[in-house]
Amino acid sequence: MKNKEPLVHLVKRSDISSGKAWIIRGIAILASLVFCGLLTLAIAKVNPIKLYSAMFEGNFGSKRRIWVLLSNISALLGLSIAVTPAFKMRCWNLGAEGQCLAGALATTACMILLGGKVANPLLWAIMLVSAVLAGAIWGFIPAFFKARYGTNETLFTLMMNYVATQLVAYFIVIWETTKGSANIGVINQRTEAGWLPVIGGQRYLLNVLIIAALTIFMFIYLKYTKHGYEIDVVGESEKTARYIGINVRNVIMRTMLLSGAICGVCGWLLVGSTNHTLTTSLTSGYGFTAVMVSWLSRFDPLIMIFSSFLLIFMNKGASEVASSLSLNESYGDILTGIVLFFLIGCEFFINYRVIFRKKNAEVSEKKEA
Amino acid sequence: MNALIAFLSRAIVQSIPLLFGSTGEILTEKSGNLNLGIPGIMYVGAISGVIGAFPLQQRITAGEAVSPFAVIMIPLLCCLFASLLMGLLYCFLTVTLKANQNVTGLAMTTFGLGFGNFFGGSLIKLSGSNAPAIVLTDISLIYSRSIADKNTAGPIGKLFFSYGFLAYLAIIIAVTAAYILKKTRIGLNLRAVGENPATADAAGINVNRYKYVATCVGSMTAGLGGLFYVLDYASGVWSNGGFGDRGWLAIALVIFSLWRPAVAIGASIVFGGLFILNAFIPSGTNLAIKEIYKMAPYVVTIIVLIISSMRNKKDKQPPASLGLAYFREER
Repeated sequence: MKNKEPLVHLVKRSDISSGKAWIIRGIAILASLVFCGLLTLAIAKVNPIKLYSAMFEGNFGSKRRIWVLLSNISALLGLSIAVTPAFKMRCWNLGAEGQCLAGALATTACMILLGGKVANPLLWAIMLVSAVLAGAIWGFIPAFFKARYGTNETLFTLMMNYVATQLVAYFIVIWETTKGSANIGVINQRTEAGWLPVIGGQRYLLNVLIIAALTIFMFIYLKYTKHGYEIDVVGESEKTARYIGINVRNVIMRTMLLSGAICGVCGWLLVGSTNHTLTTSLTSGYGFTAVMVSWLSRFDPLIMIFSSFLLIFMNKGASEVASSLSLNESYGDILTGIVLFFLIGCEFFINYRVIFRKKNAEVSEKKEA
Repeated sequence: MNALIAFLSRAIVQSIPLLFGSTGEILTEKSGNLNLGIPGIMYVGAISGVIGAFPLQQRITAGEAVSPFAVIMIPLLCCLFASLLMGLLYCFLTVTLKANQNVTGLAMTTFGLGFGNFFGGSLIKLSGSNAPAIVLTDISLIYSRSIADKNTAGPIGKLFFSYGFLAYLAIIIAVTAAYILKKTRIGLNLRAVGENPATADAAGINVNRYKYVATCVGSMTAGLGGLFYVLDYASGVWSNGGFGDRGWLAIALVIFSLWRPAVAIGASIVFGGLFILNAFIPSGTNLAIKEIYKMAPYVVTIIVLIISSMRNKKDKQPPASLGLAYFREER
């Protein structure tokens, strides 16, 4: 008989130990680093050891650099935390960008309109509340239609990003400092009204602390609360969820509200603490990177700390190296993309076992035994 | 009247990159792959065309004679080849390795934008030339050569015959795609794969092959949109970020045209019109309102998305298995 069995065949596996899975991911990361090194050697004639030591220097070289690194990590981590509950429910919230901008816009509005009129601590609170509301509303709109009519949330949230971007662009023109500059400059530069407090002399420490708190909150929320359990069940199977009496619609809307609200907090931090200004590129695309961070970390907030570190390290490091060679700093995005491809690809080896066709004899031998 | 003609012809020029992108994405989505890497692929297509054209332009500037055929074919092939590679990468990750499509697509967009901006910003330094900027005027002259001169032609000539050849190619591709999807066996099979791959598989259709081919052809089509943008619309001048959000608009357009390439032709002109609307509506001194007009394509898309899901008509929905990897043994 002719052997009709295909050359390779795949078996889904659910039994892989988490240790083994992390070894596979570690190998993928190493492989991607080697690949990035070789690519840089080919394009810019920089040897890999020099590349990575320069990257290390670029990220950790001085106290200031470390703080910038931490600030970037907290921005990315914050958004990753934000999209995670929605993802866990299989609700693809690609709208972190827009929800964060909505929060940032609300924060800016408070700072400009109320700056100097109310005491700073009260203003901080008003800024936070309005940012959370704005982000939550931005997340709720697609969630409402998904829950009610099954509207595709991937595409809806994606479009909401650009609506938010244009809204921000609109207000930037309204608030611009000099006519036609499309730039609102530093908000309340003289009075510093609404600027979030600088803790311990470090401007970014507040961001780090708040995001750290949110990370721990999300870890507990997903793992140990009833809400977290409901999210889990809805994500696994909507029908099961309905069967055990979970109101799927409410869970979807509630979770997206939370998701948007945390994005709003990130917007609050970005305007109130990090930048003190509003631009349409405020989020530097982290809303999209967050999607990948969350997914690659298997929706585990603690692992996201490492993933966001890895991506920021590669991106900023490579940008730094490229700039120093007077090449374009977008090189960081290329390397980020490559690391992501490797990590995305390696999931396959975690989820599936590849079995090659055995020789006929072997197969029949086994059958007899 | 003249203003209307001018508006329409500009809307059509704007619509071409969107039409390429959305036709490509429709083909891709019909196979069940939601390729969010399209914006990145369009960047890669554009910059690869530029990389192919750059040495040619150098030679023309130096006074060498280069045949128009080579001027057209070399950037075109570079663009197609690079877009094909991107399509293959997407398929390898999502079809063969069954990775999550959203994540893969976004990673490709990150990579593609980075690729475009990096080479756009560094090509001159890397190639060791002393040109001050990437300006491919002579290449662009051939790409944008039209039957009727857009400045002197009458209304008919201006409206229908004042575009470069890629514009007509976009329409031909869209019409062909519509025909294939609707009237041929291949199209029927492709739609089956996108709707229900398990059933298609049972019917003896090679699901993976269809997904690969549709996605790769889709990528190449989308890449041409980038090429049109830089070598025709932008007169051969590359500026980082100049292409903007057109890739995402192309994805929005797929929804707006309800997954039909033929509808996409008209819809892309509507989008093109919405895209430049802000330049035509007299806003006086109120410049801010222009930013609100720019919101229009996205808002319209959202409305279409909501209405089509509310009415829940079977023929106006996304392919049923859109976004899901197919694994034969999981049924």
